[in-house]
Amino acid sequence: MDDAKTLPLEGVRVADFSRVQAGPQTTLWLAVMGAEVIRIESRQRPDMLRYSYSAMGTGKTGEDLDRSSFFTALNYSKKSCTLNLTQPEGLDIARQIIRISDVVVENYSPGVMERFDLDYPSLKKVKPDIVMASISGMGQTGPDKEYLGYAPTIHAHSGLSSYTGYYGSSGSLLGTFWCDALSAQYTAFAIQVALHHCFRTGEGQHIDISMTEATVSAIPEYIMDYTMNHKVRQPMGNRDDIMAPHGCYRCRGKDRWVAIAVSTEEEWVAFCKAIGDPEWSKEKRFSDMYSRWQNQEELDVSIEEWTVNHTPYEVMEILQSAGVAAAPSLSVDELLDDPHLRERELFIEIGHPVMGTGIQSRLPWRPGPCPGGSYQSPPLLGEHNNYVFHQLLGMSDGEISCLIRQQVVY
Amino acid sequence: MKALSDLKIVEYANLVSGPYCTKLMADFGAEVTKIEEPGVGDEARSREPFLDGIPHSERSGLFLYLNTNKLGVTLNLKAPTGKSVFKQLIREADILVENNPPSVMKDLGLDYETLRETNQGLIMTSITPFGQNGPYRDYKACDLISVHMGGLGYATPSRVKDPDLQPPLKLGGRQADFMAAAMAAVVTMSAVIGRSRNGLGCHLDLSVCEAVASNMARDIALYSYDKLIFGRKTGIYYVYGALACKDGYVQFHCPEQHHWKSLLDAMGNPEWGNDELFKTHESRVNNWSLLEPLLLEWSMEFTKEEIYRILQGKGVACCPINNAEEVSNSEHLATREFFMAIDHPETGILRYSSIPTKFSQTPMRVERPAPLLGEHNDQVYCGRLGYAREELVKMREAGVI
Repeated sequence: MDDAKTLPLEGVRVADFSRVQAGPQTTLWLAVMGAEVIRIESRQRPDMLRYSYSAMGTGKTGEDLDRSSFFTALNYSKKSCTLNLTQPEGLDIARQIIRISDVVVENYSPGVMERFDLDYPSLKKVKPDIVMASISGMGQTGPDKEYLGYAPTIHAHSGLSSYTGYYGSSGSLLGTFWCDALSAQYTAFAIQVALHHCFRTGEGQHIDISMTEATVSAIPEYIMDYTMNHKVRQPMGNRDDIMAPHGCYRCRGKDRWVAIAVSTEEEWVAFCKAIGDPEWSKEKRFSDMYSRWQNQEELDVSIEEWTVNHTPYEVMEILQSAGVAAAPSLSVDELLDDPHLRERELFIEIGHPVMGTGIQSRLPWRPGPCPGGSYQSPPLLGEHNNYVFHQLLGMSDGEISCLIRQQVVY
Repeated sequence: MKALSDLKIVEYANLVSGPYCTKLMADFGAEVTKIEEPGVGDEARSREPFLDGIPHSERSGLFLYLNTNKLGVTLNLKAPTGKSVFKQLIREADILVENNPPSVMKDLGLDYETLRETNQGLIMTSITPFGQNGPYRDYKACDLISVHMGGLGYATPSRVKDPDLQPPLKLGGRQADFMAAAMAAVVTMSAVIGRSRNGLGCHLDLSVCEAVASNMARDIALYSYDKLIFGRKTGIYYVYGALACKDGYVQFHCPEQHHWKSLLDAMGNPEWGNDELFKTHESRVNNWSLLEPLLLEWSMEFTKEEIYRILQGKGVACCPINNAEEVSNSEHLATREFFMAIDHPETGILRYSSIPTKFSQTPMRVERPAPLLGEHNDQVYCGRLGYAREELVKMREAGVI
């Protein structure tokens, strides 16, 4: 069975207690690469993604736990079982699942897994070589470990908000859950490092991931500038430390924009030629890289007088043909239509038993260790109860019915 | 014990995406040999910040951060001798990470197909702006371009007043490159695990733009199922503005009703708290311009730190909007030993961010700082590949190393 078609994580089972984004995005990677990911969920306290973003055309919060678009994006290829962890029998069954798993992922507030007797020391007794990953806003240790964190507050806490903003502003709000996305990558990496170690030595371990730290580690320029020089930088907008032009310019059409970056003297000459060698480009204030950088505000105004007559794709075509970096600032509908991304098949249609087929992003590698990857439909809440409780744990139908009645399987 | 001590990696990469990918692996014990162009080195060596603000190829904070725990050698891959030395390194390697334009490795005669003849099990990770194929494969890009092309810029920042006057925005620093680097490390580890089971190497093609685009997963699904598009005006989720206080700003978030009740409680339950305008999370965010002045009456009495403690003490998510200085001086991060003191011959001891994953059994370690340009030529070429010192002298004179 171990041939080129076998996915790299086939045979690895993940007990997934995580919710919202950072945890589920981690286990999405593992699932696509062949791991069997079992979400352990409950109606008693459902993943907020199952109800907060179930828009389905209305744009409003929905009630149905199986109709959230956002949920599908982070949970395809996984299985779902329902267990009420406020009941002792629920916890006992959770431990039985862990006993037959290789990895546990959770992103509760620190202390919650301990209250469930599902913290690392307890799990180690159940499964000595378990790899457990815990993701939280502040990490599992330290004086502020129990403080609450959501994406907007973590972006603020880590410094990223201070450095994302228009030039001259004091920072801004991000439109995405970037800290979750970063944390998910670090966690997926860390779990595989730990699995590699475990396969070699038989030793499991606990991994503590702080979302604040994940975000801080992606802004080293700012941290090192303070460390080295006690310098605190300001937001740069779309600007660069040395390059100019380097910005996002208005194009023809409503809310259409193109990003352009000129990195060398050679590229500047090519840029000027491509836009028709306008008079202003020969002026002294734009004569070298440093003077362009110093006068970039005026430079940008002149460039926009040209871009505004073109669509973003026209600008990309004209400039890239001349060897200058440029690309449209794409909205999500344009992203799905982009010819390059379409040819590379970044997006894939995945079915859903209730919602029908939707477009999802694949994970961005190819062809890689698993050319196809596993892309299966996202699970309904408790869809795999029978598989998990009957097939994996060997419970009888009678036992399962009884657990359902007692709202243990719930 | 180090988790990745059995892996040998060759890196032929510049700036962030390739070097950060291998740094993550080096910090967990992989042996990374970083190849730089003789006399020039990695472009990151010429990028800010510099110690004391003075440009110096051994004193770039960006370079130092991205290259801890690596061995550094110089090698000219355009010279035939350079190619043959490179192949010797590849013969012993498990992984090659490179982030050159797609044509470069082929033009050098060092593409995956060729290198595989040298090493059947080689895992080659190629990180480029647009990927190894497709109409834009040879297009140029930097972090700015990748953020916008990947759809992230168009929705940043969130909840602006006039999107026509407030253009799409890149995130601070080099987020596209860091994201791509982390994703490259994830998929490279999958390949390592896959290979340990079937013995097969592979070529991984990772595009920075696609790394960004795949993180727009939520927006893609909401567009696909609900035809919703979120730009800079209509933020996809409801979030309050930054709240001013005595010495700066705080950011709080009250997605659930009990959070809001706790916030009001912390403020002494003012009467306006019951106003219809502020009844739900959505209505509070939509009426931020009315809510903000009311909150300011309270918040301006306190410092960021005080509000952080008061609100978190009540179970409300709230954090100061920190800059690098405040992050660097955080007591919480200090307790967690997130910043590590690393000594370097050209800069002395500096505090670096560590990796945000704490392992109980195989923690990351820093055994050496970033290499000086060509620092480990002797160790690698003589010690490992068996060249005589005299040969190194000749190779240096010939511009090979």
